[in-house]
Amino acid sequence: MLFKRKEFLQIGSLATASLMMPKFLRAFESKTMVPAGNKVVVVLQLSGGNDGLNTIIPVRNDIYYKLRPTLSIKKENANTLTDEVSLHPALKGFKSLYDEGNLGILNNVGYPNPDRSHFRSMDIWQSASNSNEYVHTGWIGRYLDAQCNGCDHPTQAMEVDDVLSLALKGNHLNGIAMQDPKKLFGTTNEKLFRALNNQYKNLHEDHAEAPVDYLYKTMAQTLSSADYIFKESKTRPSGATYPNTELGKGLKTISSLISSDINTKVYYISLGSFDTHVGQQNQQERLFQQLNDAVVAFTDDLKKNGRMEDVLLFTFSEFGRRVAQNASNGTDHGTANNMFLISGGLKQKGILNPMPGLIDLKDGDLNYSVDFKNVYATIIDKWLQADMVKILGKQYDTLSFI
Amino acid sequence: MASINNQHLLWRAAFGPTVSLAENDTKIQKLFKMLTDDSKTTPTYINVADENLLKYYDDSGNYRLKDLNEEDRKQFMRMQRKAINQLNITWLNEMIQSPAQLREKMAFFWHGHFACRSNNLFFNQLLLHTIRKNALGNFATLLKEVSQSAAMLQFLNNQQNKKNAPNENFAREVMELFTLGRGNYSEKDIKEAARAFTGWTADAKGQFVFRKNNHDSGSKTFLNKTGNFTGDDALDIILNEKQTAKFIAAKIYRYFVNEIENPQHIDWLSKRFYDNNYDISGLLHDIYNSKWFYDSANIGTKIKSPIELIVGVQRILPTQLKNDLILNFEKILGQQLFYPPNVAGWPGGKNWIDSTTLMTRMRMPKILFNDDILNIQAKADDDQLMGRKSDGTEDVPQKKLSNKKNPSINQSQVQWGSYIELFSKTPRNLLFNTISNQLLQLPLKTPQVIMDMVNQSSKDDFIKSVTIQLMSTPEYQMC
Repeated sequence: MLFKRKEFLQIGSLATASLMMPKFLRAFESKTMVPAGNKVVVVLQLSGGNDGLNTIIPVRNDIYYKLRPTLSIKKENANTLTDEVSLHPALKGFKSLYDEGNLGILNNVGYPNPDRSHFRSMDIWQSASNSNEYVHTGWIGRYLDAQCNGCDHPTQAMEVDDVLSLALKGNHLNGIAMQDPKKLFGTTNEKLFRALNNQYKNLHEDHAEAPVDYLYKTMAQTLSSADYIFKESKTRPSGATYPNTELGKGLKTISSLISSDINTKVYYISLGSFDTHVGQQNQQERLFQQLNDAVVAFTDDLKKNGRMEDVLLFTFSEFGRRVAQNASNGTDHGTANNMFLISGGLKQKGILNPMPGLIDLKDGDLNYSVDFKNVYATIIDKWLQADMVKILGKQYDTLSFI
Repeated sequence: MASINNQHLLWRAAFGPTVSLAENDTKIQKLFKMLTDDSKTTPTYINVADENLLKYYDDSGNYRLKDLNEEDRKQFMRMQRKAINQLNITWLNEMIQSPAQLREKMAFFWHGHFACRSNNLFFNQLLLHTIRKNALGNFATLLKEVSQSAAMLQFLNNQQNKKNAPNENFAREVMELFTLGRGNYSEKDIKEAARAFTGWTADAKGQFVFRKNNHDSGSKTFLNKTGNFTGDDALDIILNEKQTAKFIAAKIYRYFVNEIENPQHIDWLSKRFYDNNYDISGLLHDIYNSKWFYDSANIGTKIKSPIELIVGVQRILPTQLKNDLILNFEKILGQQLFYPPNVAGWPGGKNWIDSTTLMTRMRMPKILFNDDILNIQAKADDDQLMGRKSDGTEDVPQKKLSNKKNPSINQSQVQWGSYIELFSKTPRNLLFNTISNQLLQLPLKTPQVIMDMVNQSSKDDFIKSVTIQLMSTPEYQMC
């Protein structure tokens, strides 16, 4: 795969200095090859509606214990953060991140007129739309539209999965989905696809805009992105040990790519299902163990590579769950939820805003106090330094955690 | 052999040619009349419920969820979901095999227009029947029956829409997505229409019920009219608006003719649609008998939807496929029947295409014809899983098998016979172009690539190999 000079320039702030350096000189560089300041976001989606109240636990709140006679988590079993707030027992590593000042917790995040269906609420979060709008693009896809106008590698946004989420679909460009770089490369390395691609290129129909040309161009982008990602993934593969889970393997792939010269700014990965209607305790515990172990391995790896300040990992879920438990030792679909923000570059750390009020409920559900679109706006504006109006459709107030 | 115009009609008005339609070189008007005649009879109700599922219902149609323990309840929900998958496959087979192509294709359009999700098999079956029955009939009737269907009333929360406690969801979507389109009503109109729809609900059997006590019988002012309107009145007022005819005609134009609207054609169609009291057959007749429908700008410019792609392959090449394989393709390519992304339906067009879906589409022929395996996994759907780890669909293998000819990947039986027969009189030197003309709606940009790769050993192998390769091109995604 050939890299045009123009593309180099479009890669933007990334590693320009080291890329312009002759290769033999680069070999003598220190281990942290990519210069600090190349900000990256990792979005970790907790699919299925994670129970936020058993994640960030209000250990001094009687209502919590009253409404959850068997599901509530006792203070002595949880990871204490403050007098009032503890973390789920399985999230030991998150407690360490909190102690180090690498963890922020945003409480009670949601949106007006919340929807309790998984697919609908997930669409709202991924498209960053209002609950009465139907938008066919995602906020990261629109980020890509804004950032990668005319570039050959829409790899600025990448999902570690076989199938692409709405979040990464733009009006003009889509992010790329891949379970791992080698598998993607294998899929695209069909003789027929390569030959079709080569012959189409020879037709020089760069300006052709018929729908079929859109398909050929998507194919060309896919093949060249697959080559590019595969090549980059081999330049500085992570040698760290990660848990042998989907999430662990995925974060290891992300870590390797972050260490390379790749132009990716946003990574997207999911864990689930947190849909704990029945027997919540075991299911959430098992998933949190996976989350904890993978995130610890990932942050350790970033620290070792000196990239902890440049990477912001955040979690979200399509909704939280009802305050009261149900009759099956589980919880049903609710509304507002908390988000973890993990980075060495946080300006505000720890618990960033008040815990949700459990007195002022709406039909047994939390009343959100932070709109998730303000969180996105903050990340787009302050971390990715992109145009929030282009991406979110209007100006939002930003928060001050970064 | 069928001309390009005949093929165009068959891809748009139907799900593509079968071998016998591909042989048919009749005049276009005759072909359209044949399609119309073949869709005349009322479709039979599709019922896939088996004894085991029916056991959960009492004679009055109420299901006995309250009497069930946790395990039984889960089992019941599992059976519902399995049955909805069976309904999916059964209807898909109708699309492949039924001669009533015009009807099934139009029903498929309405399935996306009146997009709805329900966990209840029977509600899904009833709504599907309403749509298939009225697919070519009168839009006013279709709209009323859909609006009174248990599935839609439940999906849009109208059981919660009560006097003094209105829920506007149903009224909003009926106007925004089913009839007028955004910008053609006010927020006040929504509030007033919601009051008119109060009391509309359905019973456990899926029958429409009007609960008089929940109905707000007071005066409403809606779309510049004032009266003590009921839900029926509200729909009549909406249908009285010319904008409704325009909104529907424009959507049908974008779907069946071209995504790029031609305002003149749409004005002409919508005026006639309105004057004809919303006769859907008349609208289709106007479209498919118009010269402009066969303009080259309208041929081969539509990206097939995943269902159109999957059904189209199987119409020209009858193939026995495992249900799970079809369901996995539907999910990965982004169009699972009965599970639209939201009430706005599938956005279509370029939205079908991203790197994963394009690669999967292009690999599909080899997978269907046993030369490759589907090694990628669809995303989990929490609405269908409801807390379980798997929805029961067979997991796909994660790694490519090293031996591609491994017998375990023989999951489908392709009936090549009559397809190969189609080309029996074609001389070898014309074979490539003839096959290409039959399969593709636009000229192949890269024919040399395929010619270099085909298996030349025998005529049959040549036909098979050209066919699979052509179906793997970007051009085959178009119709």
